[in-house]
Amino acid sequence: MRPKNGPTRPYQFEILRYDPAAGAPPRFRAYALQPAGRMSVLEALLRIQAEHDPSLAFRYSCRGAVCGSCAMSINGKLNLACRVLLENLPETRVVLEPLPRFEILRDLVVDMEPFWKRYERVRPWLHAQIGQGKESRMSPAERERFDQYVNCILCGLCVAACPVSSLREGFAGPAALAKLYRFLADPRENRGSGALEQENGEHGVWGCRAIGRCIEVCPKDVRPTDGIAGAKRKLLVERLKGLAGRKPHEV
Amino acid sequence: MIRHDVVVVGGGLAGLRAAIGLSEQWDVAVISKVHPVRSHSGAAQGGINAALGNAPEGRDDSPQRHAFETVKGSDYLADQSAVARMCELAPETVYELEHFGAPFSRFADGTIAQRPFGGAGFPRACYAADRTGHVLLQTLYEQAVKRQIKVYDEWSLVRIAVEDDRCHGLIVYDLKRGRFEAVAARLCVLATGGYGRIYRNSTNALINTGSGVGAALLAGVPLKDLEFVQFHPTTQFGTNILITEGARGEGGYLMNKSGRRFMADYAPNSMELAPRDIVARAIQTEIGQGRGFEGGYVHLDLRHLGRKTIVQRLPGIRQICLDFGGIDPVEQPIPVQPGQHYSMGGIDTDATGRTRVGNLYAAGECACVSVHGANRLGGNSLLETIVFGRLVADAINARRGEAGPEPSESVLQGNLKKVTEHVGRLLARAGGVPHHQIAERLKGVLTEKVGIFRNEADLAEAVAAIGTLQEQYRAVRPRTPLRPFNTEILHVLELEGLLYLGEITSRGALARRESRGSHFRTDYPQRDDAHWLKHTIARLDGDEVQLSYAPVDTALYAPQERTY
Repeated sequence: MRPKNGPTRPYQFEILRYDPAAGAPPRFRAYALQPAGRMSVLEALLRIQAEHDPSLAFRYSCRGAVCGSCAMSINGKLNLACRVLLENLPETRVVLEPLPRFEILRDLVVDMEPFWKRYERVRPWLHAQIGQGKESRMSPAERERFDQYVNCILCGLCVAACPVSSLREGFAGPAALAKLYRFLADPRENRGSGALEQENGEHGVWGCRAIGRCIEVCPKDVRPTDGIAGAKRKLLVERLKGLAGRKPHEV
Repeated sequence: MIRHDVVVVGGGLAGLRAAIGLSEQWDVAVISKVHPVRSHSGAAQGGINAALGNAPEGRDDSPQRHAFETVKGSDYLADQSAVARMCELAPETVYELEHFGAPFSRFADGTIAQRPFGGAGFPRACYAADRTGHVLLQTLYEQAVKRQIKVYDEWSLVRIAVEDDRCHGLIVYDLKRGRFEAVAARLCVLATGGYGRIYRNSTNALINTGSGVGAALLAGVPLKDLEFVQFHPTTQFGTNILITEGARGEGGYLMNKSGRRFMADYAPNSMELAPRDIVARAIQTEIGQGRGFEGGYVHLDLRHLGRKTIVQRLPGIRQICLDFGGIDPVEQPIPVQPGQHYSMGGIDTDATGRTRVGNLYAAGECACVSVHGANRLGGNSLLETIVFGRLVADAINARRGEAGPEPSESVLQGNLKKVTEHVGRLLARAGGVPHHQIAERLKGVLTEKVGIFRNEADLAEAVAAIGTLQEQYRAVRPRTPLRPFNTEILHVLELEGLLYLGEITSRGALARRESRGSHFRTDYPQRDDAHWLKHTIARLDGDEVQLSYAPVDTALYAPQERTY
């Protein structure tokens, strides 16, 4: 198999442009592009930037769907721009917009700070004694239990897709909660009972309505709602254990 | 002016490990052109080498075997004491990563899983499926968050402020604000990665433009061994996205268009697991002699491994094949071609990461210690980032009580003024060739003339062509003003360094009349230890590149013929 020569039709890009410092409202600008061979949306953006408009702003790094930089809306669908090939789009009109539910800083560049704040809120590191000596043993089955969460590339697509994320100010969101569960499900983790207390509320795990948009858009096949459901179960079990340990009149 | 005790440039594995090691004793900050988790370290797939002996067939492995095979793989250009130190530290380095939380794959007995890799006699590459770089980068970033290490992300290094052979800090471009800043630091660490994007057919992230190596050269810091460029044997045909050596480590076959496992003709003992330089040349030879598929590729066939192995151990490359190639390696062979992958050369450092300029250190791919010599073994680059990130931190920590002079604000202000005035002049220019055209031509020259097989005529043409591009660069003109998130000025400034890196790579290759590791001269096909067992050192004298040579540390293993 070899790369197809790709469609020879020209593509019409409509890209949302916005510069808050300029004072003008966001507006779409059109660019025509004739792809040479197989081309991703990111490659198209790079060519538009090089040949038509060097002021066009967007983020990128790896171009291979592993770094999570280029999440955006492509014809209304959320994806990584590097991962969408023009030839797989249903039509030659391509509408590009920044990630919804994020503030726009410039053009297709959004403010990721609130995303990172939520990530940091779940204290996303292994809570364990950093020991000397060899590795702590873990069976392949134990490793498998949190595998999907390890694959998260923190691109923000799930947060952009999550209906709750826009409705509820301060909701941790699928990425941060999946990251939290990545540690809760790790047999080495030792943050103690009550570790989940901070996310025990509508701003945390109980905010999730298991709608599943996060699963649909994840480019790495992570299922954040599985992790959130797991965290909810852990909270319920802890509560039941707490109840079981008390005398009837305390319950 | 922003001030820190120590500033680390680069948020990949080397930079984060250095910052973690420094954070207890110093006020340390990381400057990174992208958010740290977007760094190219995260694209590493196959594994990190350490002689843990976890595999049943690896019980006899040892740091000494690891060191010998690394030296042999380097075609004896690596500095042997530094290699021995790295391999000796490898097991504790991997255990530390595991204690930090790195989710390595596991063997049935619960130990860290290890797979065979090229040029290694034992399964030595510790892995997390085929996402080893990703999990290590996430883990080290998590540790940096835990330690509340200050990160300036989307800040790019533009100039290193050096005066009287001493580094005073950095001039950086803050992309979010669209302006230049001076950063004062008593000590600086460069961990800016490779410069693979001087080639068109590179596996590297698009951000790997060598800004640190270029800035070091412009600041008078010597570079080493730039002519040694690793071409990875298996990159996805068309996109050049990496297809891990782990695919062959798990048992994948390389096949030509007649369905022959052609490695039998090149490395009958090691077959697909010969070192990368040898496999890349074999594939290029098959393609060149008409035994490749139309368009110029061969097949990497994994089908016999079965769905389960592919899904469990190689899920990342399966996803890449599905996303970017439209094929499923469970059912179809993967079309692959060699592509630029790694820069063995870089900023000349000693075995503790010190450059030749005071208070300036370098670690990871941007540095050249050299532990990879003329050809790096797979699984040793992740190891180098972590080991030398740590060793640089150790070296700097050992200087804690030292009463050094403070960085000079006037030197930094002077450098900042020079940069802003230079940029002002660029922006005021009329006419000129657009920078992206010069960059594209540079990539074309390197890809076509300074590739896997090299010769005098091609290399001389490359040097001349780059000279012409450097002339054109003198008239380059950015078309956009400095505004938040306008990247053009960065592309223009980086291109100056990229052109020099291309020139030095070509000049070094032209001068080196022998074949060693990744550097293969069809007109000088033999290794020539009598004349060329030496490092190439490049520095700038005004705007002229000067080459000189330095001895190789061969304290442990006498050079032998290299067969696999």
